Amino acid sequence: MFKVEAIRQDFPILNRQVNGKPLVYFDNAATSQTPQQVIDVIVDYYSHYNANIHRGVHSLSQEATDKYEQARHTIQTHFNAKHPCEIIFTSGTTHGINLVANGFSALLKQGDEIIVSALEHHSNIVPWQMLCERTGANLKVIPMNDEGALVMSAFEELLSANTKLVFVNHISNALGTINPIESIIEKAHAVGAAVLIDGAQACPHIKPDVQKLDVDFYVASGHKMCGPTGVGMLYGKEEWLKKLPPYQGGGEMIAEVTFEKTTYADLPHKFEAGTPNICGGIAFGAAIDYLNAIGFDDIATYEHELLEYATEKLLDIEGLKIYGTSEEKTSVISFNLEGIHPYDVGTILDKMGIAVRTGHHCAQPIMDYFKIPGTVRASFAFYNTKEEIDALVAGVKKAKMMLS
Amino acid sequence: MKINDVSIQDIQNDIIDEFSMFDDWEERYQYMIDLGKTLPLIDEQYKTDDNIIKGCQSKVWVHAQLEDEKVVFTADSDAIITKGIIAILIRVFSNQSPSDIIAANTDFIDEIGLKEHLSPTRANGLVSMIKQLKMYAIAYQTQLN
Repeated sequence: MFKVEAIRQDFPILNRQVNGKPLVYFDNAATSQTPQQVIDVIVDYYSHYNANIHRGVHSLSQEATDKYEQARHTIQTHFNAKHPCEIIFTSGTTHGINLVANGFSALLKQGDEIIVSALEHHSNIVPWQMLCERTGANLKVIPMNDEGALVMSAFEELLSANTKLVFVNHISNALGTINPIESIIEKAHAVGAAVLIDGAQACPHIKPDVQKLDVDFYVASGHKMCGPTGVGMLYGKEEWLKKLPPYQGGGEMIAEVTFEKTTYADLPHKFEAGTPNICGGIAFGAAIDYLNAIGFDDIATYEHELLEYATEKLLDIEGLKIYGTSEEKTSVISFNLEGIHPYDVGTILDKMGIAVRTGHHCAQPIMDYFKIPGTVRASFAFYNTKEEIDALVAGVKKAKMMLS
Repeated sequence: MKINDVSIQDIQNDIIDEFSMFDDWEERYQYMIDLGKTLPLIDEQYKTDDNIIKGCQSKVWVHAQLEDEKVVFTADSDAIITKGIIAILIRVFSNQSPSDIIAANTDFIDEIGLKEHLSPTRANGLVSMIKQLKMYAIAYQTQLN
């Protein structure tokens, strides 16, 4: 039995009120909330061992370095990477994607092809457009169908000896669709292409095994996994990370510097220029420990229950349409009320203390496909309850009444 | 007194009075929603890409013309609450002289409890719309001089 009431005690923010009503937080796909266990780690860092890492001989620096590297190890174990040096700390998913895109600009030539999916977040489209502009490579797009699932036969047709890179999100942020990345990776590898998976939306719900997936690069963000903002991770196979040139120059990433020549540090420091988000990295590790203590299987089962409950209750509302009805989806419901703008629904819900996201979710191509200005998106986490879903349903009904 | 002889300040005071009669957010919002629903705000021919202000969340169209040395604004939005607020803003700014429009502020929005809708981070197009109203006024002012 999943003890959601006990879990909620870990999240102080869930006790607050918004606009005079108890907060119902359903914007988890944008940012998850932070448990006390992680907040404590942040406070402990600044209270006891705040210091710069990797170069101090003093005890504080050593302690901070140990904790930071321990967090890297936690992340390595969590994602089952072969070596700790394959885990690069980043400022978040977008940083990780840009790091890889920048690295590939040295490896691509005119006529090479990059494939992305129609389900991408803007952050996963723009860096590749920029990369194509720099290198003369072409960008191809895997289309999606009415359920919001990728059309795999079209993907196979796009693949050729020219394909150098394939970029797909593990789970779509706008619709919650879980993409068949195992098959995408296998097919991309068959033509010799590398694969980067954006795991930002997946990692709060499932535990990816990068070795089993045989993925080349995988990125995630701490703030969607109960960690702080401004920290994330890039996993890259060692052989790939060695091949890519450094992204940014600065301290930490160098071995030797003279004005004639600089030699770069070994992995992972080659990609970690400057003083990193030390506290953030340590807290990210603590967040992963927290999630694992609850258990990803239990999280998935419970969230699926919430998804089914909410889907059924919301579909009872006449004129409500859900976008993204793929069978493989996570606890995200993107919807609209017929003839009513999502912004209006979101505004009324906010007045009732219910936090949802409205708009195009940084995924305009998806909205264009459905010919809508945007959607209302409710995304559930393991600390949400069915009672909160009831409040959402009541709120949507009220919004409908006021707005129609 | 003709309607366009009423000063911006007087209209703002009227609106503050009207909103003071509402007891809670629901009544305020229902009023704005009804405003948004009932008012035909813009001629369809002016809902062009030239007149559009793209917010991240909702779209706003604004059209301006000079009549008897007063600027007449019409506007619209695809979101109804945004449209309701536009109706209030148009009531304040339209049919006024360019110099009065340039000098006017929107502090009354705070007083009627709709401040959050005019936050620059709200991305509903309203902040840009007010800027646009002022730009039109400045342009017409130059014309009149």
